Amino acid sequence: MLIRNLSKIALTAIALTLAGCSGGVLDPKGQVGVEEKWLIIICTLLMLIVVIPVIVMTLYFAWKYRASRDFEVYTPKWAHSVKIESAVWSIPVLIIIVLGIITWKSTHALDPYKPIEGRGEHMTVEVVSLNWKWLFIYPEQGIATVNELVFPADKPVKFKITSESTMNSFFIPQLGSQIYSMAGMETKLHLIADEPGTYDGFSSNYSGAGFTGMQFDAIATPTKDDFDAWVEKVKQQGGELDQAQYKALIEPTEYHPVTYFADVEDNLFNTIIMKYMKDHGEMSYYSKPNNAVEGHHEGAQKMSHHSGAHDSGAEE
Amino acid sequence: MSFLGKLTIEAVPYHEPIIMVALSVVALLGIALAVYLTKADKWGMLWNDWITSIDHKRLGIMYIILALIMLLRGFADAIMMRTQLAMATNGAEGYLPPEHYDQIFTAHGVIMIIFMAMPFMIGLMNIILPLQVGARDVAFPFLNNLSFWLTAGGAVLINISLGLGEFAKTGWVAYPPLSGLEYSPGVGVDYYIWALQISGLGTLLTAVNFLVTVFKMRAPGMKLMQMPIFTWTCTWANILIAASFPILTAVLAMLTLDRYMDFHFFTNEAGGNSMMYINLFWAWGHPEVYILVLPAFGIFSEIISTFTAKRLFGYKSMVYASGAIAILGFIVWLHHFFTMGSSANVNAFFGIMTMIIAVPTGVKLFNWIFTIYRGRLRITVPVLWTLGFIVTFTIGGMTGVLLAIPGADYVLHNSLFLIAHFHNTIIGGAVFGYLAGFAYWFPKAVGFKLDERWGKASFWCWQIGFLLAFMPLYVLGFLGMTRRLNHTDNPDWNIWLYIAAFGAVVIAFGILFQVIQLVVSFINREALDDTTGDPWNGHTLEWSTASPPQFYNFAKIPHVNDIDTWTDMKEKGEAYQRHEDYEPIHMPKNTPAGIQISASLTVFCFAMIWHIWWLAPIGLIGAIGFFIKRCYTSDVDYYVQPDEIKRIEHEHLKNAPKEVTA
Amino acid sequence: MSSVPSSLNPNDAGGHGDSHDHEHHDTGGNTVFGFWLYLMTDCLLFASFFATYAVLYMNTAGGVSGKDIFELDFVAVETAALLLSSITFGFAMIAAHAQKKALTLTWLGVTFAFGAVFIGMEIYEFHHLIVNGNGPQESAFLTAFFSLVGLHGAHVTAGLIWMTIMIIEVARRGLGSHTVTRLSCLSLFWHFLDIVWICVFTVVYLIGAM
Repeated sequence: MLIRNLSKIALTAIALTLAGCSGGVLDPKGQVGVEEKWLIIICTLLMLIVVIPVIVMTLYFAWKYRASRDFEVYTPKWAHSVKIESAVWSIPVLIIIVLGIITWKSTHALDPYKPIEGRGEHMTVEVVSLNWKWLFIYPEQGIATVNELVFPADKPVKFKITSESTMNSFFIPQLGSQIYSMAGMETKLHLIADEPGTYDGFSSNYSGAGFTGMQFDAIATPTKDDFDAWVEKVKQQGGELDQAQYKALIEPTEYHPVTYFADVEDNLFNTIIMKYMKDHGEMSYYSKPNNAVEGHHEGAQKMSHHSGAHDSGAEE
Repeated sequence: MSFLGKLTIEAVPYHEPIIMVALSVVALLGIALAVYLTKADKWGMLWNDWITSIDHKRLGIMYIILALIMLLRGFADAIMMRTQLAMATNGAEGYLPPEHYDQIFTAHGVIMIIFMAMPFMIGLMNIILPLQVGARDVAFPFLNNLSFWLTAGGAVLINISLGLGEFAKTGWVAYPPLSGLEYSPGVGVDYYIWALQISGLGTLLTAVNFLVTVFKMRAPGMKLMQMPIFTWTCTWANILIAASFPILTAVLAMLTLDRYMDFHFFTNEAGGNSMMYINLFWAWGHPEVYILVLPAFGIFSEIISTFTAKRLFGYKSMVYASGAIAILGFIVWLHHFFTMGSSANVNAFFGIMTMIIAVPTGVKLFNWIFTIYRGRLRITVPVLWTLGFIVTFTIGGMTGVLLAIPGADYVLHNSLFLIAHFHNTIIGGAVFGYLAGFAYWFPKAVGFKLDERWGKASFWCWQIGFLLAFMPLYVLGFLGMTRRLNHTDNPDWNIWLYIAAFGAVVIAFGILFQVIQLVVSFINREALDDTTGDPWNGHTLEWSTASPPQFYNFAKIPHVNDIDTWTDMKEKGEAYQRHEDYEPIHMPKNTPAGIQISASLTVFCFAMIWHIWWLAPIGLIGAIGFFIKRCYTSDVDYYVQPDEIKRIEHEHLKNAPKEVTA
Repeated sequence: MSSVPSSLNPNDAGGHGDSHDHEHHDTGGNTVFGFWLYLMTDCLLFASFFATYAVLYMNTAGGVSGKDIFELDFVAVETAALLLSSITFGFAMIAAHAQKKALTLTWLGVTFAFGAVFIGMEIYEFHHLIVNGNGPQESAFLTAFFSLVGLHGAHVTAGLIWMTIMIIEVARRGLGSHTVTRLSCLSLFWHFLDIVWICVFTVVYLIGAM
């Protein structure tokens, strides 16, 4: 009964999600997401090697050795068997060794800080989480938007992420990984859309009353030209984004409408980070120099933008 | 600043119908209870036999009553969340605005972990552990009473927040900067801080108390590797408490300083570092989940061994596996935030350490299975919970390992998949364990067995309700739904949200049936009476006492030769021995000091929450004063005289099986 | 119910043991062991504050750093006072075990005096920093410094209050087994604070001043 229930639900779940009826993590549209989907599936199958026997044995033994079946073998004092105990230690160990190897390799391959290889140059988008909306700054295009993220499909995008206030997490499930946004720090994320489309993006780390409304559309345009056309549109429709405008923007709002900015103050992103980072130590013992590629444990990510001028957009 | 600090009439949410109804119900129940106590003239009994009691068994029962009350409160929060999310689909707003909803999910987490699961676990440990090691009480009985009242003080604070002011709107982890003064200026986070701080102190004292009990007060002959498995798992949990709760104390103290004195531990400004909070919080928070689940593992081991009428398979493996889980549990905290941007090496290290925990856990599962193998399994309510646990928890363990893989966590982190996972382990592991232990040890603590039919009905509602409520959340996680959303606008999610809400209703029936079970069992208590003290043919020393046990536990301290001592004694014909001569027993006296100290500290915390600066020192000095007074009270103990022991023992042994009476 | 009162430590009235002869000894041992466990938890409390200090000590927010504010000579005297108080407490314990009441009281008094000097100097240091605009609100470094050193200072203060109570207890009740057990706990506490201070001195002051 139990097992039937379970397997029914599990099967439905798998069928529905694998069919990819509506987006989500198992319906990825980008290289990173695809790799993560297969990682999840392979590891789940590996674990089922132990999980299914455990569940089946439990229910089978509970049925077979129930008290009313008093003709079965009964060994009240039997409590130790080197053979069985070696097996029950070594089977999980073996599976975990395999999983451990997969983990080590996949964690390095899927490191959000690692640029996507073999897909051409990255474009850069600077992401700032505000209460409660997302500000996207396009340093190469000189524009900025609120709650709308646009980039061409097939073009790797490097996101540089920070927060003005509370901690959020920048997440577009169908493209893959998420990463936290934190004030006074810069985190990085590299994603690519293999197919054009409009994907749901949002904050996946609760940040207060307006958190639910921190959603945005991530639009992968079919071609570079479409993207350029969009940039033109922003440039024509958008207003200015300088410190005064920015101050107005950081006032808490909920369900902020999509907004365009054509003229963005130079180095706005660095200014936002430095507002808090300037109070941090110059040579924290766990920091690494700015130019160390992939030097990004926690200390380094604080430090990596200390002199933002070094960052040239599509390097690394 | 006014006389009552920040406290004004505005703090009472009289314009909120839901809260006012809840408060009225609580008030009516309170009045009804007070009327009953007055009419039946039970106030004296309540004070003398319970509130001031330092008897570990009575404290255990009080812990469990507290846990069950808080279970109702926490579950009310849960069903409100599920109904809100089932109603607030397709862009609808539902009936709980963020202002409320955010408090509810925070309160749900804090209550269920700190004020439901912890007291339940500590309650069972209180009742059983001293009996299992053959001790007459814990090492420091007065401290045990104080621990309970400190926990209760925390629970009182969190419930006051319902009617005065607000609770935190930060999620139960209360990450800064959101929980800092700038983004949470209200009293909610202060309630959170002080409720956790005061109950955490109680928990820490409990751990020290039980560690001394286990290491210094075991019955003669009982080697460490002969301790009952529940005692062992509790001991590992207590080691974890002693090693992790100070970190919680520290991190909460830092947040307090940030909020009250404008310090800069975790602020954005002036060089504060909020990542430090997250690291420290989980350095406590991760061991905490093993603190909850390890004793549950012990309960399952005891139950399987008893109801298969067989020794526990692989006792040593079980002990070492528990130890491995306890130690590894300390070096995996970073898996709660793989998405913070640590390097691949760091993430991979913590991921692999986490999945290594699956090895000892897997060993435990296999050992339970091989205990059933070639046994004589009686399918009772505790056994149903155990079987349900093995099936459910195995799935929860699998999804946990999946989340431990950083590459998978990058897309599953903070999603409903995560919510499904930890409910799968905490409900399917810890809560099923406590409810199993509740049914198993109920006759020992209270004196009569629980009704089996209602117990089974309750189990099936819980089990099926759990699957209906949480399996859809796995799906929703894959569909990209994140946690703590107030409402949704995605038609593909709706069906799963409806199923989950329905599952919560089924669980509600499980809880209702448990209440009915208690009532029915109480009415039929004479038919369900446990006369021998050993209703299940148990293996360990708690079953050698009467049900409920004599207040001094053991007239003569038993000598232990085996892990399953009681079985050993029954087989050798040494059980139920009747003696003519007893030695006087040295016993501690009841004391009001525990509740005095705790009440003063609760007043202190309340004054701190509301910035009532004249009251805070009164509370604090009061607590210290009561403690010193207690230290210099000389009338704290007495000797039970042999004639009284003889009367009690012979009364108990009257019903003992005749063939083993020596 | 017939009962025979006896005067025992509230903490060790544990119902344990068949043999009356060893009961008092056993429960006293429980108390000391329990207190030692508590000290281990306290150790972790300090460890958390040390870890936080290590993370935050560079974050001076443009304000002073350790080099600017630490006066090693001053702290050396402070340290000497605390170390000496540990030695004198040792003498007090020797006297207590030898059941020499007057001598115990004398050494406890000396210990108290050294402890009071330490706390006095710490308060002076804190006050000095705050009036010069270097209070704990100025930067994360100062927050971490004041909290870590202040946490230790709060412990020492609690120790001094406890010591006062013990001096009264010894003076009024003499050196019964329970009083000696309590003195042993206080002694553990006091030596523990000494060890913590050595870490504070090294990590905060020595490294900070370099």
